[in-house]
Amino acid sequence: MFKAVYNWIDERLDVAPLWRDVADHEVPEHVNPAHHFSAFVYCFGGLTFFITVIQILSGMFLTMYFVPDINNAYASVDYLQHKVAFGGIVRGMHHWGASLVIVMMFLHTLRVFFTGSYKAPREMNWVVGMLIFFVMLGLGFTGYLLPWDNKAYYATKVGMQIAESVPYIGVYLKELMQGGTIVGAQTLTRFFAIHVFFLPGALLALLAGHFFMIRKQGISGPL
Amino acid sequence: MSNHEGQKPVRKEMSRRQFLSYTLGGTTAFMAGGVALPMIRFAVDPLLQKKEESAFIKVTEEAKITNDPVEYKFKIHQVDGWYESEAELVAWISKDANGNIFALSPVCKHLGCTIGWNTENSDQYVCPCHGAHYTRDGKNLSVAPNPLDEYEVKLDGGFIYLGPIKPNTRV
Ligand code: HEM
Ligand code: FES
Repeated sequence: MFKAVYNWIDERLDVAPLWRDVADHEVPEHVNPAHHFSAFVYCFGGLTFFITVIQILSGMFLTMYFVPDINNAYASVDYLQHKVAFGGIVRGMHHWGASLVIVMMFLHTLRVFFTGSYKAPREMNWVVGMLIFFVMLGLGFTGYLLPWDNKAYYATKVGMQIAESVPYIGVYLKELMQGGTIVGAQTLTRFFAIHVFFLPGALLALLAGHFFMIRKQGISGPL
Repeated sequence: MSNHEGQKPVRKEMSRRQFLSYTLGGTTAFMAGGVALPMIRFAVDPLLQKKEESAFIKVTEEAKITNDPVEYKFKIHQVDGWYESEAELVAWISKDANGNIFALSPVCKHLGCTIGWNTENSDQYVCPCHGAHYTRDGKNLSVAPNPLDEYEVKLDGGFIYLGPIKPNTRV
C-alpha cells in the first residue's frame, strides 16, 4: 500500500533524488558507536536537534491553552498543568527539555572543541553554532517569564537589570525589551511573540545553515 | 586620460546594466523599507511614548516615624499598556540622628530583588537573592554596586508625601 502510493508519487515528481540527497551518505567508522563505543560523543549534536524538535512540538501544543496576558497567564498554565489530560507531561517535556537542550548543546560544543572540528574549513559552522547558542539562551530567557509567577517575574526583573548595565544603550535596551518602563502586560506579550515566533524562526534558519554546511563539508576526520 | 586618434571619446554615461540595477535596486529598497518601517516603528513605540511624571502620594503621619526603618505601603495609579491599576509601592521610612526623615526604595541595586530590614538581626537591609547588605542609610556594604535609591520626601501638615525615585543622597 505504502509502496504503491510512493511509486505513484515518484512516477510523477521523481522524488527519489530529493531524499537520497539528504539521507544517502556513509557514516564514517570513527563516528559510529557500533565500531568504537567512545564515538557516542558524536551523537550530542543529533540529540540537541532531537530535543529542539521536542521543544518546538510541545511548545506549539502549549499555545493551545496558554494566554499571554498578565491576568490570565498564570491561571492558564495552572489549568493546562492540572486540569488537562497529560498537561503535566506536555508542560514537563517543555520545562525539562529547555534545560536538557542546553546540556546537550554544551556537550556537543565540547565534542567539537576537543576533536578540533572548528578548524578550517569549518570555522563558519562554529560561528553559526555560537549564534544558535545565543538564540537558545534567548528562548530560555523569554520562555521563563511566560508562566507569570513570582519566579518568572523576578528572574525577568534581574535579566532587565543586566540588560540595563550595558554601557550607554542599556536604559534604552531595557525599555525596548520591556515594552515600557516596567515589567508588565507589554513585556509578557512581547516575550511571548519573541519566544514563539521570532526566535524559533531564527533558530530554524540557523539550523538549516548548520546542517547545510555539515552536508557540504562532511564530518571532520578521526583524531 | 589620453585621447588618441580613432579611439572613442570616454563618455560619462550610465550603462544599460547599471541603470537597470539602480532602478531595480531602488525599487527593491523602497518596497523592503515600506514593509519593514511600519513594523519597526510599531515595535519600538513603547520607547517613544511620553512618560508621565509621578505625583506625590500621602503615605503616613510624620509623628509615627522612628529611628528604625519601617515598611510603608502606598498606592500609585499605574498605567501598564491597556491595564490601569492602583499599584502598591513600598518605602522603608526612618529618621536619622538629626531627625531628618528619609524613605528608601526596596529595590536591590544589585539586580532588582526586594530587600528587607533586619532580616538577619544585624540592623542592615538584606537582599535574599544574592546576599547584598546595606546600612540604614542605604549604603551598599556587599554585592550591590550602588546604594539604595531614595524617594523624594515632602512634609506637609504633619503628613509624609512620597514622590519620584532619585539616587541616594545620604551616602
Ligand atoms: C528550543 C526552543 C525552546 C526553548 C529552549 C524554550 C524554553 C522555554 C522555557 C524555559 C519555558 C518556561 C517553562 C516553565 O515555566 O515550565 C517555556 C515556556 C513556554 N514556551 Fe517555550 N521554548 C522553546 C520553544 C518554544 C516554541 C517553538 C513554542 C511555541 C511555538 C514555545 C511555547 C511556549 C509556551 C506557550 C510557554 C508557556 C507555558 C509554560 O510556561 O509551561 N516554546 N519555554
Ligand atoms: S538582586 Fe539583591 S543581591 Fe542580587
